[in-house]
Amino acid sequence: MMLTLALSHDGPPLDLDVALPAGEIVAVVGPSGSGKTSLLRAVAGLIRPRSGRIALGEDAWLDTARGMSKPTRERPIGYVSQHYGLFPHLSALANVACSLTHLPPGDRAERARACLALAHVAGLDDRLPRELSGGQQQRVAMARALAREPRVLLLDEPFSSVDRSTRKRLYVELKRLHAELAATVLLVTHDLDEAALLATHLCLIQRGRIVQHGATGDVLTRPATVAAARLLDLPNLFTGTLERDGAARTLRWGPHALALPAAADAATAAGTAWTILPTKVLLHRVDRPSRGERENPVRATIADLVTLGDDVIARLVPEGLPDARLHLKLSLHVAQRNSLAPGREVTVSLLADAIVPLAGE
Amino acid sequence: MDWTALRLSLALAAWTLAILLPLGIVAGRWLASTRSRSRPWLEALTALPLVLPPTVVGFYLLVALGAQSPLGDAFARVFGAPLAFSFAGLVVASVIVNIPFAVQPLQRAFAAIPHEVREAAQCCGLSRWQAFLRIELPLAWPGVLSAAVLTFAHTLGEFGVVLMVGGSIPGETKTIAIAIYDRVQAFDTSAAGTMALVLLVVSFVTVALSFVLSDRWLRSERR
Repeated sequence: MMLTLALSHDGPPLDLDVALPAGEIVAVVGPSGSGKTSLLRAVAGLIRPRSGRIALGEDAWLDTARGMSKPTRERPIGYVSQHYGLFPHLSALANVACSLTHLPPGDRAERARACLALAHVAGLDDRLPRELSGGQQQRVAMARALAREPRVLLLDEPFSSVDRSTRKRLYVELKRLHAELAATVLLVTHDLDEAALLATHLCLIQRGRIVQHGATGDVLTRPATVAAARLLDLPNLFTGTLERDGAARTLRWGPHALALPAAADAATAAGTAWTILPTKVLLHRVDRPSRGERENPVRATIADLVTLGDDVIARLVPEGLPDARLHLKLSLHVAQRNSLAPGREVTVSLLADAIVPLAGE
Repeated sequence: MDWTALRLSLALAAWTLAILLPLGIVAGRWLASTRSRSRPWLEALTALPLVLPPTVVGFYLLVALGAQSPLGDAFARVFGAPLAFSFAGLVVASVIVNIPFAVQPLQRAFAAIPHEVREAAQCCGLSRWQAFLRIELPLAWPGVLSAAVLTFAHTLGEFGVVLMVGGSIPGETKTIAIAIYDRVQAFDTSAAGTMALVLLVVSFVTVALSFVLSDRWLRSERR
């Protein structure tokens, strides 16, 4: 089953048509103002797009062509907004019970308690929202959103206002809840690491358009376009000339000829943008050669080194390309063992599988 | 001491409150949430009684309530008595004059409810009516209180419009404010003094009570 979203809207701008796998955690990632929240609000029915269709499987919630739009209260959703929107005058229990008006009044308290327990905030029933910590408020909001057994759970940057350790615990809880409930989760975030940790499907969005979507691992390692690579904040973004000889492909980058895996669909193109993850640039050991050294070797000079915890980011100037900066990420002990230092000459391999030609803007 | 006048003033204030508060809640909530372009004009209209002299408001009300007007004519036909210079006419006038005192605090109170909270009510599956009763009205409670107090106290003290629309008919339109004026004109300073003191005490107690209640509410909010 798919969650189909075809939306167009002017203020805020939305122009997308995408089918997302139901039952998964789908992260919607993009910079501020990219339309992530608007997308979520449209799914919730809080904004009505100029035209479009929203359907979960066969169940349409919005179909402007037929003049149909279910009001928010009739959509099977749970929504946790950025600041949670808890009812400030109601206790945690009463907040959750507000989602249970479809049950007989006698059953609501018991069910609300069960939801609070599910979200790990049992025992705080009588507290008002202002008497709860940020993490507890988030859990109460989650309990309230889950109370109606939603088929789609909409989470708008739900982890942005809690501290780091709480956030980590909430990550685990979201995964656990998702496994128990089998609902589709649309998680809006601007944090790629968060998306990579939680989501099985990733949807990159910019200016209201989907830049790329797919399995999280694929999107993160194989961006399809320059725009996607920029959104993923990939530092190694270069241009070369893609040449074909039968099925074999070669990418000419300055004086370097990089072999790419064979592919049928590629065409010869000058000015082809391409990228490679900094973790896929392999340093050749100085003391002894190792496996894979013949794979696209490039000689380069170290421009600078930055240590970030246990990792080192090295920026290299490839031979014959004085303006290019090839980022290489390696662990600190490898950097130390090879006595890397600015100005030193090294040889690296650009793994053929990891070189990703990109479509233009 | 003119007890009839005091009773009349209290009755007028109670009627005004009973009619105006529900209307004010509807209007205040609408003004707080509407995106209509007519909003500033409607806001100006509701504020108008604040700035116009009572004689102007009273004059137009007299015209609108008089036997020649459709409203006055209809009222006279149904109830067999004229609207102008009657207690009912006074209630209508008082409701109109008090619109800004009721609508403005209510509008501010509803506008102060965070957008996220209103939307959360929809996402919880609450109907409009449920959301209003369970979420919005309790959150707007300080506004409801101050609208009620301002309307009540202002009605007790209203003079100019009452005189224009009601005249000074004992037991029908002679409120305590008019009775005080009457006594002063008759050089009966002691009666005027007593009534002025009563009005002062009643008004003070009403306003003080509202401050006590809203203070208690704020304390419970901060607790």
